[in-house]
Amino acid sequence: MISFVNAYKRYPGGRDALKNISFTIAKGEMVFLTGHSGAGKSSLLKLIPIIERTTRGEVILDGKNLSRVSNRQIPYLRRKIGVVFQDHNLLPERTVFDNVALPLVIAGEHPTETGRRVRAALDKVGLLGKERAYPIALSGGEQQRVGIARAVVNRPPVLLADEPTGNLDPELSREIMSLFEQFTTVGVTVLVATHDLDLIGRMNHRLLALREGELVADGPTQELLRQ
Amino acid sequence: MAANYKPQARRTYSRRAKSNPRIRELERGTPGGKNPGKDAAHGLRPGPRSTLNVYLSHHLWVAVSTLGSLWRSPLSTLLTSSVIAIALALPAGLYVMLQNVQQLSSSWENSSQISVFLKSGQTESQLRTVREQLQAWPEIQAVHYISAEQALAEFRQSSGFGEALQILDQNPLPEMFVIQPAIQLSDSRRLQELQSRLDSLPQVDQTLLDMQWVLRLSAIIDTGKRMVFILGALLFIAILLVIGNTIRLTIFNKRQEIVVTKLIGATNQFIRRPFLYTGFWYGVFGALLAWLLVTVLLALLKGPIDDLSLLYESQFSLNTMGVTLSGSLFAVGILLGLLGSWLAVSRHLKAIEPK
Ligand SMILES: Nc1ncnc2c1ncn2[C@@H]1O[C@H](COP(=O)(O)OP(=O)(O)O)[C@@H](O)[C@H]1O
Ligand SMILES: [Mg+2]
Repeated sequence: MISFVNAYKRYPGGRDALKNISFTIAKGEMVFLTGHSGAGKSSLLKLIPIIERTTRGEVILDGKNLSRVSNRQIPYLRRKIGVVFQDHNLLPERTVFDNVALPLVIAGEHPTETGRRVRAALDKVGLLGKERAYPIALSGGEQQRVGIARAVVNRPPVLLADEPTGNLDPELSREIMSLFEQFTTVGVTVLVATHDLDLIGRMNHRLLALREGELVADGPTQELLRQ
Repeated sequence: MAANYKPQARRTYSRRAKSNPRIRELERGTPGGKNPGKDAAHGLRPGPRSTLNVYLSHHLWVAVSTLGSLWRSPLSTLLTSSVIAIALALPAGLYVMLQNVQQLSSSWENSSQISVFLKSGQTESQLRTVREQLQAWPEIQAVHYISAEQALAEFRQSSGFGEALQILDQNPLPEMFVIQPAIQLSDSRRLQELQSRLDSLPQVDQTLLDMQWVLRLSAIIDTGKRMVFILGALLFIAILLVIGNTIRLTIFNKRQEIVVTKLIGATNQFIRRPFLYTGFWYGVFGALLAWLLVTVLLALLKGPIDDLSLLYESQFSLNTMGVTLSGSLFAVGILLGLLGSWLAVSRHLKAIEPK
């Protein structure tokens, strides 16, 4: 579903933030991306919805080489990728319902279908009762769940999350992670960047480890953590 | 930012694609990669559900919601709209006033005439011959003969010196023709030519073309109109700047929102839309306020001017803004609103990209 082939990323005037990254993630797989702060986790994730482009090498998403996607096509590509942010990035002036509905409105979805899907997504993250609330009235964990509902509402085949539990306590973090696990059961490919090793150690998924822009380990989480 | 990478990335790909079977394998591995020449657009288009209906209802929704957000900050909306209104009302109001003056002066234009005072001691038949000659001139529409007695009678009536004039044992007034030229008032050169031709006739003592001031007035009106256009053009530029700046500030206030919507897959068109509608509404409000301003101003002037007109036994009545002018006012307002916001949006939106 997601393949990196000898991908490099260098920011203007900087060192290589990513060096020679190659890996492939299968459809429906859940993968953790870890590494110290500044290791290049965010940079790697940004290549997938073309927030940044590779300096060298290729990223291939669902059989599509991203260096062949023109800037005009980027919006349509992004509709197939759900993104969850550390600081959830909800729009404060809109209700929970409108926030979650936004991807569908952007895609020109029919209003009745939009309402149905928004409620389904909110039900999934356990916030069906909060449709009319504004983000400010929600707790941190609830806000993050609204962000997840928004990311999955148009059923993207790929879900990316950059430090999704960075601001949450351990119990809420586990809740969020198990939510991500559930999406893989319906074929969603999930890639989560985190440096919370305690949290990912409890779940046995594949782990990609970055150090100073290089991919230094790729394997089952518990095996790698033992080393 | 990302645009810098695109051409380069494309070039490297097409060179490397031949030599790197792994990439070709990956592209082929899944549907969509089967036809690399065509796959650029594959699956990256809005689905069949995005019908015209949904598109239109989204436009309506954006129009209403931008109106709503303007409504929720009434003070700044009113301030911006007022600036636009004043800038629109000034040229519109001046234009209406000039139109009124022009209408007034054109009613005098028809009464433009040349008084021809004749030398005394000419017989009636001599005068008739001259009159017939003059009537044949193409520049002359009509010749009215006013005898000395008629002139005196008229003078008695209109001057109020009736009693005093009775002491005179002789009529001091000359015989005269009043000539209606077949020449436009604006064609002052031909009018003056006609006057000097009449002057040079042996039977004529003196001629009087007393419409000089009307000519000057019409020249002043023409100049005034041109000045209104120049003033209008300058003020329209000011409106563009005001709307452009307001939209620019809105864009910066919504920076975060723009970034998030772009990340969720919004096209530039989608992001532009609310800002264009905001500009549209500013144009509508500005035009509406300008229309009210001019209408109220004219209504305030109408009373005194109609009274004045009555005093001068004139048919003149102050014209208000007609349908055409009102329509133009709104059209200009909306056009400037859209153009101003479009300028701001095309200049500032590109710079806001997710990082
Ligand atoms: N926009 C940018 N411009 C320049 N350098 C950047 C930019 N974003 C990240 N970097 C650099 O790239 C490296 C990797 O950063 P990042 O991908 O954010 O790491 P992580 O998410 O693992 O903390 C860091 O050295 C960082 O300073
Ligand atoms: Mg990061």
